[in-house]
Amino acid sequence: MRQTDLAIIGAGPAGLAAALEASRAGARVILLERDDWLGGQLVKQTHQFFGSKNEFAGMRGVDIATHFSEQIEKDENIQVFTGATALGFYEDGVLTAACAGRMIKIKPRTLLVASGAMEKMIPFENNDLPGVYGAGAVQTLMNVYGVAPGKKVLMVGAGNIGLIVSYQLIQAGIEVEAIIEGASHVGGYWVHASKIRRMGVPILTNHTILKARGQEKVEGALITRIDENWQPVPGEEREVSVDTVCLAVGLSPLAELLWQAGCEMEFSPQLGGYVPIRDSNLETTEEGIYIAGDVAGIEEATSAILEGQLAGISAARKMDYRIEEEKVEEIKANLETLRAGPVGEHIRQGLANVER
Amino acid sequence: MLKKDGVPSPEELQEVKPSFERLQEGPVVIVECMQEIPCDPCYYACPREAFRPFDDINQKPEIDYKKCNGCSICIAHCPGLAIFVLDYPYSENEGLLKIPYELKPLPEKEEEVTVLNRAGEEIGRGRVVHVLNTKKQDRTAIVSVAVPKDILMDARHIRLRRGTDEG
Repeated sequence: MRQTDLAIIGAGPAGLAAALEASRAGARVILLERDDWLGGQLVKQTHQFFGSKNEFAGMRGVDIATHFSEQIEKDENIQVFTGATALGFYEDGVLTAACAGRMIKIKPRTLLVASGAMEKMIPFENNDLPGVYGAGAVQTLMNVYGVAPGKKVLMVGAGNIGLIVSYQLIQAGIEVEAIIEGASHVGGYWVHASKIRRMGVPILTNHTILKARGQEKVEGALITRIDENWQPVPGEEREVSVDTVCLAVGLSPLAELLWQAGCEMEFSPQLGGYVPIRDSNLETTEEGIYIAGDVAGIEEATSAILEGQLAGISAARKMDYRIEEEKVEEIKANLETLRAGPVGEHIRQGLANVER
Repeated sequence: MLKKDGVPSPEELQEVKPSFERLQEGPVVIVECMQEIPCDPCYYACPREAFRPFDDINQKPEIDYKKCNGCSICIAHCPGLAIFVLDYPYSENEGLLKIPYELKPLPEKEEEVTVLNRAGEEIGRGRVVHVLNTKKQDRTAIVSVAVPKDILMDARHIRLRRGTDEG
């Protein structure tokens, strides 16, 4: 059994930032990551980040991952396990994980779940055909393994992920036939939409996919215009010739470990699904269990970094490590600023219902 | 309309256009950032402080066109690739457009390219005058294209013609 101050599940932006912050206060950290590398979704983000210049804005996500990884490697307080999948957190405070074909047991004084999110799926005929992908899988194939997912893609969803992945597909030399979006407006940042449009990719709002065509693999798709009640408009169906359908229809928090640990959960449409009730320091209703990043509510990487810092420093304080109180206030203020605009409205609404 | 399909309407564009008088004076920036999103690298990019300081990072950028000399440093610093520089009086018949460009291969100097508008429609031909791709730009190249003056305000992207039948 391994003992440590803080065990962190997930080495994405939240987990990495938390590990560094807790270590800075003097805490010993075990960081578990299911992938064979650190960075989580950051490693697939080839675009420059938005946000404040003080928090990595202008840097490309993949470079932020490298920046964090280099610091973590040098940090003697942090022990990293890659290829390690967390399995369960039990009543006696033991965390188990599968790592290199073995089970490891860890007894941490505090736990941070920064497990991220999983992609949502939408129902349509033939959505199990090879060639129907989640946007995360498309990014993994292209940006991690250098494999083209197809030649011609229909993107479903005009949120930031759908828009950004469309742009990355074009950069990889793959054609994007259209981006369709069920809502009446583009959900992602308009600047992302504009940069795709001027490359000639249509964005069809009030449109959805009815079925994928093909026997062994995707050979096309039937799309339709829909009305404000999301019902197909008769006579507005049309066939598109594509070999790939990419779904970017939202994410939901990957919260199974928190359910198992007994945390009080609440359904929040604004935050993407069931999320744990938390206090202003990101501690759940189970004492010593913290959350940060998408598992706490679907947001984006800059807020995940800030939440990671907050959870890491809060866990350190819980264990009586000396921390700078001003730093805590500064992180909270930065989070508030980031969420203060119109695009952060749904986050503010969601948090109002789950923060105690 | 931006919200509807990613293409700004004439009314939306009006909000971000420098005046015609300023355009006639020489190179100037046009920042097509029309939504309040949390982002501020443009302010830090400008050595002449032509971007007014943000009280709140969700504000849209405000530009002091008297301070802007069209130096183009900000183009590669905008995560939204929403900044362009226009030189209206570039030559008698042509204006010069500077765009951020992140596709491979990069165009070459003197190459003739197809010019696209904000909806990706072909609106003419242009001539690449310069391609800047320094380390500081972090892989966002800046391509300068001479285009007929009458399409300068609509031209926002290029497509290479090599390898096509037209090329």
